[in-house]
Amino acid sequence: MKNHDIVEKNIGLMSVLVVVAISFGALVEIVPQFFLPETTEPIAGLMPLPALELEGRDIYIREGCHVCHTQMIRPLRAEVERYGHYSVAGESVYEHPFLWGSKRTGPDLARVGKRYSDEWHKAHLYDPRSVVPLSNMPAFPWLFENKLSGEYTAKKMKALRSVGVPYTDEDIAGAKHAVEGKTEIDALVVYLQQLGTLLTHKR
Amino acid sequence: MSTFWSLWVIVLTLTCIGLCTWILFANRKVAKSDDDNPENQTTGHVYDGIEEYDNPLPKWWFQLFVGTIIFTAIYLVLYPGLGTFKGVLGWTSVNQLESRQEKAQEQYKDSYEKYSTMSVEELSQNPEAMKMGVRLFANNCAVCHGADGGGNYGFPNLTDNDWLHGGTVAKIKETLVKGRNANMPAWGPTIGEEGVAAVTEYVLSLSDLEHDATQLAKGKEVFGAVCSACHGADAKGQIVMGAPNLTDDIWLYDSERETIANTVRNGRVNRMPAQENLLREDKIHLLTAYVYSLSH
Repeated sequence: MKNHDIVEKNIGLMSVLVVVAISFGALVEIVPQFFLPETTEPIAGLMPLPALELEGRDIYIREGCHVCHTQMIRPLRAEVERYGHYSVAGESVYEHPFLWGSKRTGPDLARVGKRYSDEWHKAHLYDPRSVVPLSNMPAFPWLFENKLSGEYTAKKMKALRSVGVPYTDEDIAGAKHAVEGKTEIDALVVYLQQLGTLLTHKR
Repeated sequence: MSTFWSLWVIVLTLTCIGLCTWILFANRKVAKSDDDNPENQTTGHVYDGIEEYDNPLPKWWFQLFVGTIIFTAIYLVLYPGLGTFKGVLGWTSVNQLESRQEKAQEQYKDSYEKYSTMSVEELSQNPEAMKMGVRLFANNCAVCHGADGGGNYGFPNLTDNDWLHGGTVAKIKETLVKGRNANMPAWGPTIGEEGVAAVTEYVLSLSDLEHDATQLAKGKEVFGAVCSACHGADAKGQIVMGAPNLTDDIWLYDSERETIANTVRNGRVNRMPAQENLLREDKIHLLTAYVYSLSH
């Protein structure tokens, strides 16, 4: 009897060997990154998102912005030339989940912060065609009407704290107050305006 | 990377390659080549009278597997893959990026470097430089100011030689480098709805637009009391304040009565983002020349 016969005729053994075979990649590529300082330590100046920015991030996720916009500048000249300093792992340590994305229908947003004015973002999100005539981005007019209640902001911060984001008790206590009554567009714009501003690089 | 994780990666990677190699060779089938008579080489497994040949993998296929293993070995020697071993070539994605940036820098000596020593006036007459300017403008400025520099609702037109913060070369460059913050206060609470309505009519009259003449006297009075501080007694604006000229029928927002009343009532906040930390000086210089060329 040949070796492969033993495996082919013993489904339990085959399952174990399949798991062993496919686990090598994850063990080498993923597991060490949970423990390396390069991937687990925040870059200088990185702070957990304040309450309003955090709500803005959730709106970003809710509206599916990450489906068309990446937040990952690769270390390639063309990308650095267009978007700025390439993304580093230390920028994402407080991101749960990270929003690197995988598909660019629109441009990368990893360093969009401070690049345009608040007024531009508002005009653009209300009606993208009003400022970029050939844009195929959808309009998001409801963001200007919907108000945030802040009901779950503190809970979200607590959940994030339990996975290692260093929110203080004061952050959590003040969360509802910081968010309540603000419109969704305010939250989204403050979120966008802080994206990637810690690393500067002249393009 | 610590020694532990380095060893972890090395041991697992080599084990994986070793196992793949072992599986490939240990499971070679009985017949060593297609030339062996397959009639006598079955697995011995019969189902419904159907037997299964025990032929080897086609030779090209088997060799492809061997090829990938050889490729792996060469790759792991040349490139970083085994823990902290940096690879014979010393390649990293960052030093690849840097060497490409240096190469590009070298390539642009004839353009960026040359242009950064030329004056803005000179550059604005140089078709080659302006060809680059139009690209830079499209990439960095057009989303607000429009592809033709013609502006947009709330974003100034750059082609009409009417300047909020000054149109000299030095002022244009200052606007690009440092950005601009414009802040018109909300006058609604101070002058009341009547005041807003009257001053709106007065502002309309300044550009010879249709207006209600009965309100002008009161409008002029309110204008003199509050608006003239920034826009000037003659309403021609002040570049130091970034206060627009209200007499030239050029509008950053529009000239609808309701828009003007809104501006007076709620004020306006506007911002040109500073480019000093975003763009290199040579690009800003070229953009200054391009913006200058739009109205000269």
